[in-house]
Amino acid sequence: MRVALFVTCLADTLFPQVGQAMVALLERLGHQVDFPAAQTCCGQMHINTGYQRQALPLVEHFTETFEGYDAVVAPSGSCVGSVRHQHAAIARRHGRADLADRSHALAAKTFELSEFLVDVLGTTDVGAYFPHRVTYHPTCHSLRMLRVDDKPLRLLRAVRGMTLVELPDADQCCGFGGTFALKNADTSTAMLADKMRHVLATKAETVTAGDSSCLMHIGGGLSRLQTGVRTLHLAEILASVETLHAPAGAS
Amino acid sequence: MSQVFLGMPAHSSPGVGALRGDQTFPQAARTALADPQLRRNLGHATGTIRAKRLAVVSELDDWEQLRLAGQAIKAATMARLDDHLARLEQEVTARGGTVHWARDAVEANRIITELVQATGADEVVKVKSMVTQEIGLNEALEQAGIAAWETDLAELIVQLGHDTPSHILVPAIHRNRSEIREIFLREMPGVDPDLTDEPRRLAMAARSHLRRKFLSAKVAVSGANFAVAETGTLVVVESEGNGRMCLTLPDTLITVMGIEKLVPTWTDLEVFLQLLPRSSTGERMNPYTSMWTGVSPGDGPQDFHLVLLDNGRTAVLADEVGREALHCIRCSACLNVCPVYERAGGHAYGSVYPGPIGAVLTPQLTGVEQNASLPYASTLCGACFDACPVRIDIPSILVHLRARHVEEYAAEHRLPSAESLAMGAAAWVMSSARRFGFVTRTARLGRVLGRRRGRIRSLPPPASAWTATRDVPLPPTETFREWWLRTRGES
Ligand code: SF4
Repeated sequence: MRVALFVTCLADTLFPQVGQAMVALLERLGHQVDFPAAQTCCGQMHINTGYQRQALPLVEHFTETFEGYDAVVAPSGSCVGSVRHQHAAIARRHGRADLADRSHALAAKTFELSEFLVDVLGTTDVGAYFPHRVTYHPTCHSLRMLRVDDKPLRLLRAVRGMTLVELPDADQCCGFGGTFALKNADTSTAMLADKMRHVLATKAETVTAGDSSCLMHIGGGLSRLQTGVRTLHLAEILASVETLHAPAGAS
Repeated sequence: MSQVFLGMPAHSSPGVGALRGDQTFPQAARTALADPQLRRNLGHATGTIRAKRLAVVSELDDWEQLRLAGQAIKAATMARLDDHLARLEQEVTARGGTVHWARDAVEANRIITELVQATGADEVVKVKSMVTQEIGLNEALEQAGIAAWETDLAELIVQLGHDTPSHILVPAIHRNRSEIREIFLREMPGVDPDLTDEPRRLAMAARSHLRRKFLSAKVAVSGANFAVAETGTLVVVESEGNGRMCLTLPDTLITVMGIEKLVPTWTDLEVFLQLLPRSSTGERMNPYTSMWTGVSPGDGPQDFHLVLLDNGRTAVLADEVGREALHCIRCSACLNVCPVYERAGGHAYGSVYPGPIGAVLTPQLTGVEQNASLPYASTLCGACFDACPVRIDIPSILVHLRARHVEEYAAEHRLPSAESLAMGAAAWVMSSARRFGFVTRTARLGRVLGRRRGRIRSLPPPASAWTATRDVPLPPTETFREWWLRTRGES
């Protein structure tokens, strides 16, 4: 199987350790991943802010870069959600039926990390070791666009040494919402305040999720309040093994 | 005959009335967010009703099939709305009612005012009247010297408080018991001065106040939850029984209804009567469902008028993606699950239609540019879609309306906005890996901003909106792309 890693523009730029953890994890499980160097961004920010025409070349570029692979895996529920639920529709609405068909076919083999591990590779125990108290935030797009259900939790429950604590009101949005965090900064902050209150109530040392963008939001708030609670992407926890007490890729 | 030119939406006029606020959503939300009592009231009320709804919905194992049926019936009805409306008019007329067509709020108010004046009455009782809120009927009647009395308890509280509704189903959701007691003491003629804030005492006070109105009123104005086209039957669903008093006691009944509210047949109605109460109040069935068909000699109102209102609806129908917003049965489930509504409150939406459905319906009724901040008043978390009993894909409509806004703005302005310049530049950079790699490498320059603390605490506008309350992580010394090239070479 030729598997491509779509690392996402955010992880590439700000959270390279997430991409490194994806590579380490998949290679440990015996799979080869390729990083198509032509990749850039899925266009979600443009689409969700209203710039569909500007997003069209990004949709085309994404499709060209990845359509030759058997599977594409990404550490982001929302980027995969965009590929799966927006790309073809936008191509079609802008009169690109050819591109829409290709995007549609690509969407069927593009997966978020937990889907790829559980549904494609058929595994829930990836041999990880992470001796910490952790709580999991199911990001809105993983939850409602992709319906990943409890796949991330099944993966986390199999991690050795870890205490997994339930997050109160877990399915409530953290208030990130892409440009929402800037356009409606006050409302976004009020939502974040409640999310942080729930995180602190768990007494967890680490919050994890399947999306760097939501973690950047939650982590940005936790850091500002100097709570000492850290955020780690699901991939980083799953990549962590006993000989390596720090999460993979952390420097 | 129909004066509303269905099927020719290019000529339909935008909606007017209580559909615009004088502030943008972010501005209005800031005021609400600064009121801790309001946030507590909202958080408590939406939390309670969310739990109730989930409990009664999970009792039905065919809930998903019901939702699919509701969605399908609505889509089919909208596709032939003109035929169904013609049938409704024909059936209402055949049973002794009179049908009036109103292009917009102004026309509807004129029709209703003239109908009331023709009876010689100087007051009306009202029930179930979101649409009359939309058209500003109370104010129009008042100008003609006619007093309009709200009889729904929550609407009465809003009216006496000289306030506006902030929720579809619970218009006074932003008020608590002691605030209601204050309002009653201040505004209700002849109220017991020792009134406490016990819910039972408050209800009794409202009841004796309303009874006097019911017994004197000659004219009632109502909204409608549904109209069944095949028999011309109007349906009002409510909890208090005050609606039934309005619908049966007066001599003249005037019902005003948005043209999207009709269902073709009684079999269709059956689906919605299952979906609505559970989604709305979290009850298996609502206490009062009143239905009437034209007039019945010697029983109930002897004069019945139906005002069918467009007010921008045919324009919504013309938008292939956005028209789904017309499927709404006003259950308010999307409001109660919306994290943005829960924080910002209904008034922030500036329209009688708040919450997620308001964010997609209002800008379409008025024209997107008239309410351009509303499609952005959402994180696209999708909770509204999951809760909606007729499966309206609100997040997708929001994204679609954002695109309409961006395109309409570009068409009307010679100079692009700062945002569109930034988005254009970003798209240019991101459509080439070489350009993207170059820019992400320079992002590293940002490290100087947070060199000492390991994070960035302040950025210039517009990013300052982020850093006011949130840190930004320090850009890494090496991007993923660089790491891959360094360790794995070209792929
Ligand atoms: S959009 Fe759906 S959930 Fe919201 S009020 Fe309308 S019917 Fe109810």
